[in-house]
Amino acid sequence: MTVTEPQQLAYIAGQAAEARLRFELETEGMTLNIGPQHPATHGTLRIIVRLDGEQVVWADPSCGYMHRGYEKLAEVRKYQQVTTLVNRIDWLSSFCNEVPFILAAEQLYEVEAPPRAQWIRTLLFEMGRIANITLFLGEMGVQLGAITPVFYAFRDREHVLNLIEAATGGRFHPNYDRVGGLKDDLPKGWVEETKAVMDKVREFCDQMEDLLLGNEIFERRMRGIGVIPARVGLGYGLSGANIRASGVDWDIRRDEPSVLAWKDCDWKVWTHTDGDSFARYWVRLQETREAAKLVDQLCDGLPSGPIMAKMPARLRVPKGEAWVHTENPLGEMGYYVVSDGGPSGPFRCKIRSASFNNISILPWILRGVYVPDVITILSSLYFILGDIDR
Amino acid sequence: MSDAPTDDQTEDAAPPPPDPEREELVAALRRDLGDWLIEHVNANGDLWVRVDRKAWLKAGEVLREKHGFDYFCFLSGIDWLNNAELVQRYEQVWDPDAEAAGDGAADEGPYVGGRVAGGDTRFQVFARVYNVQRKLGITLKADLDDANPSVDSWVTVYRGADWHEREAWEMYGFEFAGHPGLRHIYLPVEFEGFPLRKDFALLARVVKPWPGLVDKEPVPGEDEEEGAEEAAPA
Repeated sequence: MTVTEPQQLAYIAGQAAEARLRFELETEGMTLNIGPQHPATHGTLRIIVRLDGEQVVWADPSCGYMHRGYEKLAEVRKYQQVTTLVNRIDWLSSFCNEVPFILAAEQLYEVEAPPRAQWIRTLLFEMGRIANITLFLGEMGVQLGAITPVFYAFRDREHVLNLIEAATGGRFHPNYDRVGGLKDDLPKGWVEETKAVMDKVREFCDQMEDLLLGNEIFERRMRGIGVIPARVGLGYGLSGANIRASGVDWDIRRDEPSVLAWKDCDWKVWTHTDGDSFARYWVRLQETREAAKLVDQLCDGLPSGPIMAKMPARLRVPKGEAWVHTENPLGEMGYYVVSDGGPSGPFRCKIRSASFNNISILPWILRGVYVPDVITILSSLYFILGDIDR
Repeated sequence: MSDAPTDDQTEDAAPPPPDPEREELVAALRRDLGDWLIEHVNANGDLWVRVDRKAWLKAGEVLREKHGFDYFCFLSGIDWLNNAELVQRYEQVWDPDAEAAGDGAADEGPYVGGRVAGGDTRFQVFARVYNVQRKLGITLKADLDDANPSVDSWVTVYRGADWHEREAWEMYGFEFAGHPGLRHIYLPVEFEGFPLRKDFALLARVVKPWPGLVDKEPVPGEDEEEGAEEAAPA
């Protein structure tokens, strides 16, 4: 292709105009506040980014806008009262927060819940996972401009929430777990209904796959964006689907001995080798399918029997320390509970929440990315503000 | 959990069940750290190791570089100060019989804690790291000086330690030598005091004692209803 003289002149003029602009306007950089009220932050996370043109040169997340001090509050409560607090950590799957704490408390009390209680716990745990991740699957589309998926997500999550409400009495904050068992048994007909809803969940996963995974915009905005190498991710303490998307085959449900019923089921842990935003989405999609599979199996194998162990009426909790962690929808959630042997509550309750570690990688991962990708990466890491700020 | 020792975790606890993999790890750590490894507890399928605070950074490096503990779980602290006022309040309203029978938690000197790989000093820093290949976790602990709780930063070993050390700094007042910027992460910049220390009073409880144990306040509406009921037959 030959370049004509007018074209050449136009090019030179364009270059000159741009140079003049650079000289007149200061384009060295600007500081941009993302949040604390930004739709992509699911709450009040503020990220201060320093921009050079469209690229981020430096990012500093600032959390704590919703810090409630649960570690301190847990120290002035009894074990049974703490579940109310921890319900509010990751509010999309509250029951999953209760389980590890209650397991830690049971370890200190030296009681064990009967098998039926453990199965129902596992069952509701997986339902919490579905309720949580379906929202992510839909909401990821919104960040890229696709409005439809999120409505599907809200629609199908509602079925799951209705079931959780039917069993526990609370849609979001079940407060259903007790030291030594559960508050109540499942209502009549619940199991059959749950299995019907699981078919809907699977259908929802297929819909998401149809709507988003093949979509060119979706793929281009997600593939190769926000790549986290496994070693870096592990150093930052990323867990759950975020680290499995980087090729680390680690799932606490499978790898750690637990009293819960995962070991009795047949399911698979999915990993992806890419480590980018797309991989994180894909892993979570498969995880939802596996969760539906798990719920089906748990419904089938539900043992009969009591749901509450015999608890001494007045009990001093023996001195000791317990660390229990589980694979929550957002990643590893653990409680390090110390008992001083007194009749009061935990002496120290360290809450290890997944999102706090998951977003601590932001300063590293946002360096050099374009502004629109900040939103994609933020969403694909998937955090809940309550899980960061505790 | 099922094989948890059934004693009441007193000083003469039963010997933990043998766990060759973890024992081997402790032996390897002991080769590197020598006397700095003070004690360890290997029970319930978990491992606690208490090291000297001088060896804190070295222990992290050894675990990550030599033993493949890549995954940083958390870092935090404990204040073992006996919050006598709090304990006493619970004793009074909750369990006076057990207090008369002895084994009270309140009469064991200034520090309550130190039961499981616990500490000799008031403050302890503890952190947990994990080996995702061998599916092995370890909790490291170190005693800190009462007056000057300071320890080496782990940021050079685990990048994730950055935020956790900022949290421990603002919550407990621990100093982390070598940390690039200890500043507030949760609390406002002008916040004073260290909230998770036991001598930091929880304001809500000072103003009004916890009503959950013995609810002495009349429930609003109750009196009126009773009055209404009494009035109705009369």
